[in-house]
Amino acid sequence: MNTEILGIIAMFTITLLLAIPLGKYMAKVYAGERTLLDPVFNPLEKLFFKVSGINSKNEMTWKQHLVALLTINLLWFLMSMFVLMNMSWLPLNPDGNPSQSVDLAFNTTISFLVNCNLQHYSGETGISYLGQLWLMFLQFVTAGVGMAAAVVIFKAFKEKSTTQLGNFYDFFVKSCTRILLPLSLIVALVLVFEGTPMTFEGKDTITNLQGDTVQVSTGPVAAFVPIKHVGTNGGGFFGVNGAHPLENPSFLTNMTEMVAQFIIPMAMIFAFGFFIRRRRFAWMVFGVMTVGFLLLAIPNIIMEMNGNPEIAKMGIDNSLGAMEGKEVRIGAAASGFWSIVTTVISTGSINSMHDSSMPLSGMNELLAMMINAYYGGVGAGILNFFIFIILAVFISGLMVGRTPEFMGKKIEAREMKIAMIIALFHPFLILVGTALAAAFPTVGSAAISNPGFHGFSQMLYEYTSSAANNGSGFEGLGDNTPFWNISTGIVLLLGRFLPIIGPVAIAGLLAEKKFIPESSGTLKTDTSTFGLVIFVVIAIVAALSFFPALALGPIAEYFSLK
Amino acid sequence: MKNHILPAIKLTAVLIVLLVVVYPLMVWGMAQFSTNNGKGEILTHNGKTYYFNIGQTFNDDKYFWSRPSAVDYNAAGSGGSNKAPSNVEHLQLVQARIDTFLVHNPEVKKSEIPVDLVTASGSGLDPHISVQAAKVQVKRIAKIRGIAEGNLQQLIVSNTEKPYMGLFGPERINVLKLNIALDNLK
Repeated sequence: MNTEILGIIAMFTITLLLAIPLGKYMAKVYAGERTLLDPVFNPLEKLFFKVSGINSKNEMTWKQHLVALLTINLLWFLMSMFVLMNMSWLPLNPDGNPSQSVDLAFNTTISFLVNCNLQHYSGETGISYLGQLWLMFLQFVTAGVGMAAAVVIFKAFKEKSTTQLGNFYDFFVKSCTRILLPLSLIVALVLVFEGTPMTFEGKDTITNLQGDTVQVSTGPVAAFVPIKHVGTNGGGFFGVNGAHPLENPSFLTNMTEMVAQFIIPMAMIFAFGFFIRRRRFAWMVFGVMTVGFLLLAIPNIIMEMNGNPEIAKMGIDNSLGAMEGKEVRIGAAASGFWSIVTTVISTGSINSMHDSSMPLSGMNELLAMMINAYYGGVGAGILNFFIFIILAVFISGLMVGRTPEFMGKKIEAREMKIAMIIALFHPFLILVGTALAAAFPTVGSAAISNPGFHGFSQMLYEYTSSAANNGSGFEGLGDNTPFWNISTGIVLLLGRFLPIIGPVAIAGLLAEKKFIPESSGTLKTDTSTFGLVIFVVIAIVAALSFFPALALGPIAEYFSLK
Repeated sequence: MKNHILPAIKLTAVLIVLLVVVYPLMVWGMAQFSTNNGKGEILTHNGKTYYFNIGQTFNDDKYFWSRPSAVDYNAAGSGGSNKAPSNVEHLQLVQARIDTFLVHNPEVKKSEIPVDLVTASGSGLDPHISVQAAKVQVKRIAKIRGIAEGNLQQLIVSNTEKPYMGLFGPERINVLKLNIALDNLK
């Protein structure tokens, strides 16, 4: 079989095989059970909590969780604005890169704070090494925050009837120390020996074999790239992200980085199953997500391998596929696969230029972010999927004429209202943002770099990526302007914190309710029938909200290719 | 909120020590055992050093050409063209690259030119070309350098990087390494 296809199958299989034991491990970590790494981390965490004056055994209600979460995020926001706006004179700036302007620092700060990593600057010229290390810090802790929020939901369904949902700091610190840090070190080990630099020296000047002189940017890349993937952050050390030959020097690093970004989103689902002792339910969720994922990924792999028909018409050998914006060492197939993994799980790192993807590949990348619930970034995916579960329970409850129940809890008007608001808010942010940019061409659509339908797709992609906290882009868009920095910054903020607040609130409200034991009349939520209902709900919400916009962009572009 | 502010500040401080100081130092420590101590893999030739993973401009007829680049292989930055597949300007540029290639390689049939030679990479620094992209340049280089075509074919075979473990990913050729080997032929 074709080695490019084999590479993809290997990446998916390895991730799945590793995600099941990792999920088990994560469930143990959050339940406070004994694990292998206890001798290292027990004393370390004890020290951390002692220094910070935190009692990690002190359980919190869902509201207290949200207050603790938002407070620490506000602190990071202020620190980040300071670092990014003062990098030029702060230490670790061997290339003499400038500080960021207020609007760019706002955009960058928000973008890394919300685990999105949309970048309106280029790593080589727009940030110092200190700035990079600060962003790396945010990549760790924001992933930890996302995971901590997801665990609150886990906890809400583990207990029969409770208001006490564990300690935010406990979940957050353990996510960083026991999950993100060890995984990052393993990935870093592969990267440094495959040629990814880890140095604090500045740009190097070399004379090429043909005699021209160029500069080469390096830096502490091998520390930054692992957590960018493990935490599904996705922000590149260099401007072109995972397409850069120093971030991703070989097919082995490509496979490693793929597994690294894919593993926690997958493991999170199994962790949920282990944690609440309903493994069948976890497999149902995994099944729905995987079917949805494959429906997007397989067409992309095929379309990218088939290449651009307009170039094929010129009469050359087009068998390598759509190579514009792609790297030879990675190939069209693995690039197409990555383009869906990264948009489905909200990483947003890229190993090929999505702007140059085939039109319908671009549409699938957009759809992946519009749905934003398959696997899902660290924590965030399961939060969004939870909303769709609530909707599906309600709809199926109505269809069979019973009070909707989920895990022994009645779903009532209050929870439904929150779920509806969260489900509709995502399309609202994307479509209103894009409409505003299109309505004010002097500040909005002036940024597009490709003519016609594709130009519209560029704007649509930018807001979709922001609202889904993804961070990839159709990078031709000239988006480092006050309009784009501020408008996407606001979308990013709302797109992150509402989908955390909503599901956590629903889980908290449900947890307080009386537990109703299962009876013959209970709607079974771990069956394939129920999985199908969730799938249909997702398809309807995504299709009805976004189809008109997609028709104007990628679909129209597809039909314009002769 | 008030009773969360101080713990948040202190917790952030200790996490910075762990994640921004200790973690990078551990990675840096590992890198000291890698080739060239984590400063990027290096190739040396005639006393000059080059980065193995950073592509270079090769457009001279006596060398194997590298792929087109949106940033002229200046690794001070990086970037792709970000041109859409439907972009007419982009398609004209691809056509122009095909025409240029045919002028420099008159013995090559158009249908033999692989697509990677006429499209720009994502990073603009792609160090590789496909095997077909090297083969299609053999006639031109053989003529200019006066080397037998068979020797060049041999050179391509010995410089082809196989898929990882022979199973995963595409075959490719590092252009810089190939061209250094070419210069060493005589």
